[in-house]
Amino acid sequence: MTLLTVQNVGKSFGGVRANHDISFALKSGELLALIGPNGAGKSTLFNIINGQTNADTGSVRFEGTELSGLQPRQIWRLGVGRTFQVAFPFGSMTAIENVQVALMSRDRKIFNFWRWGRNYCRDEALGLLQRVALTDQAEKPCNYMAYGDVKRLELAVALANKPRLLLMDEPTAGMAPQERNELMALTKRLVLEDGLSVLFTEHSMDVVFAYSDRIVVLARGELIAEGSPAEVRANAKVQEVYFGTGNTFETEGQAS
Amino acid sequence: MGFSGLIVQILNGFAEASSLFMIAAGLSIIFGVTRIVNFAHGSFFMIGAYVAYTVVERFGDPMWFWPGIIIAAVASALVGLMVELTLLRRIYRAPELTQLLATYAVMLIVQDLVLYLWGPVPLLGPRAPGLEGAVNILGRQFPTYSLFLIVAGPLTLAALWALVTRTRWGRLVRAATQDREMVSALGINQAWLFTSIFVLGAFVAGMGGALQIPREPASLEMDVHAITSAFVVVVVGGLGSLPGAFIAAILVAQVKAVCLWIGILEIGPFAISLSKFTIVVEFVVMAVVLIFRPYGLMGTRPALLRHTRNLTSSMLIAPLRARGWILAAIILVAFAIVPQLRGSFPYMPILMLEIIIMVMFATSLQLLMGPGGMHSFGHAAYFGLGAYAAAAIVGYWNLPLELALVVGVGGAVVGAIVLGWFSVRLSGVYLAMLTLAFAQIVWAVFYQFEGLAGGENGITGVWPEGLFGGRDAFYYLAVGCLIVSLAFLYRTLFSPFGYALRAARDSAIRAESIGMDVSRLQWQSFLLAASVAGIAGALYALSKGSVSPEILSASRSIEGLVMVVLGGEYAIGGGMLGAVVFVWLRDTIGYNAEYWRAVLGVITIFLLLVLPQGLASLLRFTESLKRAKE
Repeated sequence: MTLLTVQNVGKSFGGVRANHDISFALKSGELLALIGPNGAGKSTLFNIINGQTNADTGSVRFEGTELSGLQPRQIWRLGVGRTFQVAFPFGSMTAIENVQVALMSRDRKIFNFWRWGRNYCRDEALGLLQRVALTDQAEKPCNYMAYGDVKRLELAVALANKPRLLLMDEPTAGMAPQERNELMALTKRLVLEDGLSVLFTEHSMDVVFAYSDRIVVLARGELIAEGSPAEVRANAKVQEVYFGTGNTFETEGQAS
Repeated sequence: MGFSGLIVQILNGFAEASSLFMIAAGLSIIFGVTRIVNFAHGSFFMIGAYVAYTVVERFGDPMWFWPGIIIAAVASALVGLMVELTLLRRIYRAPELTQLLATYAVMLIVQDLVLYLWGPVPLLGPRAPGLEGAVNILGRQFPTYSLFLIVAGPLTLAALWALVTRTRWGRLVRAATQDREMVSALGINQAWLFTSIFVLGAFVAGMGGALQIPREPASLEMDVHAITSAFVVVVVGGLGSLPGAFIAAILVAQVKAVCLWIGILEIGPFAISLSKFTIVVEFVVMAVVLIFRPYGLMGTRPALLRHTRNLTSSMLIAPLRARGWILAAIILVAFAIVPQLRGSFPYMPILMLEIIIMVMFATSLQLLMGPGGMHSFGHAAYFGLGAYAAAAIVGYWNLPLELALVVGVGGAVVGAIVLGWFSVRLSGVYLAMLTLAFAQIVWAVFYQFEGLAGGENGITGVWPEGLFGGRDAFYYLAVGCLIVSLAFLYRTLFSPFGYALRAARDSAIRAESIGMDVSRLQWQSFLLAASVAGIAGALYALSKGSVSPEILSASRSIEGLVMVVLGGEYAIGGGMLGAVVFVWLRDTIGYNAEYWRAVLGVITIFLLLVLPQGLASLLRFTESLKRAKE
């Protein structure tokens, strides 16, 4: 079943064509990686999907609902969660409060002035923290947490409203290789457990090829390839974009 | 006045724009680079005027006016240098509001210093030698000196522009405006760059002040007038933009000029004196510009600062524990027994009543500032609306006091519904300035329309009768209101709403990404804060027996800010602590010291430097020790 459809999306900033005629689809239960060199238009496309930016042309549909024109908060309510490239939790709160505040929002209780917020869905919040192995840090102010832990906290927050699609912007940016793999393994496990789908952008190719089911490659604002990791790896166009034409390496290889 | 009158007013407007620009230019550059909203900038203008006056006076020869301008500018620059080296250097990384209050304190100190050196009487300077006369314009006399000023403004702009675009120093200034960390990473000595900018700003302001003395006498109110107009100009032009400041100066001055020319405007039964309206017209211009262009005419979204001091540890809040509740109970008992002490301390209940009211005012403002992260500079508007609504109920219609309190809250909330809606669309300094503008507009409405609420005189004879009419009964009513308000605000802080509001402050984009309507949350917080400020205002009106527009003044809003920052804007009870200390200090010093403003200024600076997180951090002392051990 198709969960997200991106159709003919285009966006220009002044004279710069950041996205041009991009179309692809994401199936339910899929981990789809969006890759491309710097300036390929990944972030623009990502922001169009999550509602931060409006596309000039084209449409983005989630379960048949048109997303363009909706606010990020409305898109979230439809069941699209997101994590940020630089994890920046609510700094004045503890880990569990970060999760609780997401639960309050899910239940549309943020205009409640009287209920005692500390106890709000505490067990459920603890449950979410347990899924990302943060139970022991529940009461820790998140500003004192290690970055890898903050990344997992962010995942717990994103799962609070049981999204069907999770958008992750460079989930492993700024992390050590060991942590990177742990985080992605955790993500993969959550995806399988909850049957949710993930669209993520990523620069570290080890993560992309190890964990994604399918890959979409952008370059200079256009979609140049799409397919399984093996197909993308073998794609000449992709190799060209990432490594140049390859001739230089070959000649050098022969010389040595 | 006819067409020629209009021309003369417009020419006057251009002369006015020149001196506005000279204050605003420095303010704008200083903000662009150091990010300090420098309240003391009006003081440099004032110092320039007084020094220029003294130079001519000392040497006896009017010709000294011209070199006097340079001497005055240098004197201002020296004062600027001193302020920068001794104070501002220590607080470049402090939160925005700490910086602002520190410069506000400098302004208070300079005011008293000038009072001490030159006395309270306004001093009219000499006419400018060589430009004493007037020229004939369409049959009207127009001072030659004003023509000179018209030219002086653009010349200043050209000189500053050349300095900023053509010199190496200017390139550093522009670079630092965009990204000051990068500039210092490239090996530029930031400290001296900041100092030089501050000195230059003070120099130009001093020159502007000196040029002003042939037109208006040097007086002690000069600094406040200058700084408010300059703020407006800088914000309308776009913070950090020189051409923006120039255009804004012309816009503001010309709108004023046209108002003066129109004089009295009659709309139906109302006669609005637009010439009296000039005091507020600049704020109307600012409000309109900010609503349509949130970053000013030529401004852009300010670059983020990466390394402001990490205050998040003080932003962590937890519900009160046993010790906190015991402290609260002690304070409550202290409030309760005060009327019993009337015999030995007859003045005590009056002071305590004022403290109670100001605690409510400050704590409600703290909701916006701390958890809301919105530095409202116009909280007096809600206090005043509450006061006027209550005064009208009791004073005009002789209705019961209980109703007055309810209507007081209603009046303040209605104000917040309108003003808050616009305010929450902005943030940071721009939000601060828009709230200030709104409060000034509300003030002008009450000041201007005699028919509405007694105009300048306000409403008098507000003496409630009935159950709570008695002295002690009213006092206990106030204590009751205090308890209810504080309990309400405390509960709100830990309610889902309080959490969501803090979340929106910590990261607006993330709050939106988990489904929160940030603007609506902030708007709602305005309504809550206004309702408590409204009760406080109503009690104030009923306790004083009268209200006047003074209750809505900007200085009341700023006092509120001082209280909250002194107490600690993030600490529970910070507003309360700040209000108690502030009112008590003002009361003791105000009646005992001639130069109480300076004393207040020194104390404020001292507290800001020693306790940057407010007096409340003293109470958290044991906690910080524990944390230090970890």
